[in-house]
Amino acid sequence: MVDAVLFEFLHTEMVAELWAHEADPDPGPGEQKMNLLVLESMGFRVGQALGERLPRETLALREELDVLKFLCKDLWVAVFQKQMDSLRTNHQALLCPQGTYVLQDSSFPLLVRMASGLQYVEEAPKFLAFTCGLLRGTLSTLGIKSLVTASVAALPACRFQVVVQRS
Amino acid sequence: MSRQANRGTESKKMSSELFTLTYGALVTQLCKDYENDEDVNKQLDKMGYNIGVRLIEDFLARSNVGRCHDFRETADVIAKVAFKMYLGITPSITNWSPAGDEFSLILENNPLVDFVELPDNHSSLIYSNLLCGVLRGALEMVSAALYPPGPPGMEQGLGKTFA
Repeated sequence: MVDAVLFEFLHTEMVAELWAHEADPDPGPGEQKMNLLVLESMGFRVGQALGERLPRETLALREELDVLKFLCKDLWVAVFQKQMDSLRTNHQALLCPQGTYVLQDSSFPLLVRMASGLQYVEEAPKFLAFTCGLLRGTLSTLGIKSLVTASVAALPACRFQVVVQRS
Repeated sequence: MSRQANRGTESKKMSSELFTLTYGALVTQLCKDYENDEDVNKQLDKMGYNIGVRLIEDFLARSNVGRCHDFRETADVIAKVAFKMYLGITPSITNWSPAGDEFSLILENNPLVDFVELPDNHSSLIYSNLLCGVLRGALEMVSAALYPPGPPGMEQGLGKTFA
């Protein structure tokens, strides 16, 4: 069994590697976006593959909400050894065509190490992109098309917003 | 109760697959970013080095092993404690050089290469090169002998610090 800390170290290196290419000290917003996209797509790929390896019983998940609960509990425990702290949904989901879920983690493990003080708030998005992709990829394998974004209010708390796309 | 236990191993298995898959995604991305395999190998080694430098602290804090007095002891700790702790495998140690300064680790079930099939056009890619970097980085942090030779007088200083 691979120790969980390895993932954290590897993730840190991946973020560092992507931003190491910037030769000029003041990169354009385009490049920043590109790097986030790369991280997100790697996460998506991993999430998809993880989804394919889920145990059979979980593959037969019934409702959309069950799937989201599954992400908050099982997936989060597998990836971060803790559960998501809260899952909220807009109750108008029945009225509007899109279901929106907000997943909140009050101490997101990938941010904990940079969480003392406000110094690194701006760096936080780099450390969330992979996980956004991970959620989107897993959902996609479970048959749910979605958009996942993340935001940070105060380190190390962060929230992931999942918007389910219904065609 | 049994369900709970089942879930525990299930999530452990998933978290170990997560690492393997993430590593795979990383190698794929590097192969896209760099034109030749040599550069990918170099990059993997560099990233591994950076990981190793930090991993050694985690290792020393968790394993409670003391300082090794010779290279054989180091080899034992790497194979039996470190690999066991982080990858869940115990490589065998062979091919000792007569001087005792070189040995091989044989990994029979490398978890990094689960689910991997290298396409033919990457024959010189060393898929698990990250591990080499990790070992180099981690050992460099605990062994003065692996430092590159510094300016004169530097070695003495190091010798004193590490003695």
